[in-house]
Amino acid sequence: MNGPIVRVENVVKTFGPTVRALDDVSLEFEPGIVYGLLGPNGAGKTTLIRVLTTLLKADSGYAEVAGIDVRKDPVAARNHIGLAGQFAAVDDYLTGRENVEMVGRLYNLSASDAKQRAADVLKRIHLDDAADRTVRTYSGGMRRRLDLAASLVGRPSVLFLDEPTTGIDPQSRLDLWDLIRDLIVTGTTVLLTTQYLDEADQLANQIAVIDRGKLIAQGTGNELKDKMGGSVIELHVAEEDRPRTLEALAAISGEATFEAGHQSIRLPAPDGSQTLLAVVRRLDATSITVQDVALKKPTLDDVFLALTGRGAAEAEAERESPKKPERRRRRERSAV
Amino acid sequence: MATATRAPRHTRISASHAVKDIAVITRRNLLRNIRLPQLLIFATIQPVMFLLLFNYVFGGAIGGAIPPIAQGEYINWLLPGLLIQVAAFGAGQTALGLTEDLSKGVIDRFRSLPMARSAVLAGRTLSDVIRNGFVIGLMVAMGFLMGFRYQTNFVAFLAGLAVAMVFSYALSWIMATIGLAVKNPEAAQSAVFLGVFPLVFASSVFVPTDTMPAWLQGFALNQPITVTVNALRGLMLGREALADFKPGMSANQVAEAVANAPTVEGQVLLSLGWALAIMIVFVPLAIRVYRRTVS
Ligand SMILES: Nc1ncnc2c1ncn2[C@@H]1O[C@H](COP(=O)(O)OP(=O)(O)OP(=O)(O)O)[C@@H](O)[C@H]1O
Ligand SMILES: [Mg+2]
Repeated sequence: MNGPIVRVENVVKTFGPTVRALDDVSLEFEPGIVYGLLGPNGAGKTTLIRVLTTLLKADSGYAEVAGIDVRKDPVAARNHIGLAGQFAAVDDYLTGRENVEMVGRLYNLSASDAKQRAADVLKRIHLDDAADRTVRTYSGGMRRRLDLAASLVGRPSVLFLDEPTTGIDPQSRLDLWDLIRDLIVTGTTVLLTTQYLDEADQLANQIAVIDRGKLIAQGTGNELKDKMGGSVIELHVAEEDRPRTLEALAAISGEATFEAGHQSIRLPAPDGSQTLLAVVRRLDATSITVQDVALKKPTLDDVFLALTGRGAAEAEAERESPKKPERRRRRERSAV
Repeated sequence: MATATRAPRHTRISASHAVKDIAVITRRNLLRNIRLPQLLIFATIQPVMFLLLFNYVFGGAIGGAIPPIAQGEYINWLLPGLLIQVAAFGAGQTALGLTEDLSKGVIDRFRSLPMARSAVLAGRTLSDVIRNGFVIGLMVAMGFLMGFRYQTNFVAFLAGLAVAMVFSYALSWIMATIGLAVKNPEAAQSAVFLGVFPLVFASSVFVPTDTMPAWLQGFALNQPITVTVNALRGLMLGREALADFKPGMSANQVAEAVANAPTVEGQVLLSLGWALAIMIVFVPLAIRVYRRTVS
């Protein structure tokens, strides 16, 4: 297919008079990539996924998946999508295989096709050994993987993953990352949401930052970092060497400063490693002993801070209070 | 919009597709009962306890006030009533099952799949009526062990069980509406209990309605549970079971009371009428609330 596989134009969704969960959101992206939607709690990530997966009607605006208007023809859209929601929606008292086969049947596969595909998907997701156990005996990470398997059995062209790694241990998280990377190799387009900056950075080809229902930035991880003005060199020298060092560095950059907080000297490195080499040669020539030196790329945390004026944790804290208690409880329960 | 021309008509789901979806959902719901047999055991223990307690504790006291056709055996009178109690409380499972699926996000998954919209509710009510049929079967077996004997014929007895199932199915749609409206499993449990409990006790399930004060009788005589219990008693014990019987009546008086009693056919039709009316109101209502609740 040519053109974008997901297109969102000026979508607005409000809850009651005060909550603007989606506030004039527009975005689009090409097939075959992982698109990361990054934002703190309450930013509107789940709401956007619910609009795109036909669970929720937007108040206004237009949304399209695989060329289908999700509002006009939700049934057709559902044929092209897979959803793994924020809370693993698997049946405890069925086996892993039964869960996946059931979803396959509901994608309108014949019983034998559903069986075959469920077996394939379970293998791919490394659950084939546990497939015939009831889900009650699964760990949190296994449930997440099973949920992912169920969302894949219909061979969707677009897969929606809402916080796929929330509430699971670091190792399972890395496993899931690998699985998601494998998916793009097979041509599936993925839209995933996350609150983890490193996750978006690691997985997504394209990232959109969302905050209070508004898209505040879009681009690749590197493009977002470039908005921060590129890399920084951070170096540590003995206290008595500091004035001499700053003097020596003035020839390279007028912006070298001592930062008391980090007890380090920082200067911008517009040319990255080239600047770093120049700094090292210069200090070597003036025989200053460098205790430690590093070229630092800005993190997405820095990006968030620069874009919103608040850190990600702060933004989340602000959202805590208006959140409905019901929704919080659900998160706690499923986070086990 | 640029792409407005691309999708001229919206995709529809065929009837055979819908039937398959309903079957898949029904099977899924039933599997839960098989994998967690405790659910069924506890669902059966409570009414069996009622059967034992009422039969052996109150049987002696109430036995004299029941129509003679029951052969003085309170169990004969009690069992049809308790079957309807089971049918009513069992229908409450529909509310519980739906709220659980809602809170676990399972309904979200279903709604993101290209399946028939009606399948979730149709499958749920269907699996619940099958489950209730199973519990009713266990109750009947227990009743027979405790001395219950139908006084009519086997076909009428089976017809009585069928009336109970129809009634239970109709109630499931009320329960579905309640469950979707309150959303939370604990709240649904309380709502069902508060709704069903007074209906079951202000009825002819345990005692003949003519022992109640007049104001209550008016309600008790006409409410769907009494009507359905009467239909079952009529079908299983005969029209005599519906007579306004007082202890110490002469044979003539008994004959007269029987002649004045509502007919069995009348009570069966009334019960089926109630079930139909309930479905006419609550099937569309439940579907509407379902669409609203989750969107
Ligand atoms: N059904 C609802 N009723 C009322 N308010 C809602 C509803 N769903 C979402 N909201 C509100 O809309 C806002 C966006 O919620 P949303 O769930 O999309 O956030 P999110 O980015 O997914 O957050 P999280 O990281 O916590 O999952 C929040 O303020 C939330 O409280
Ligand atoms: Mg969310």
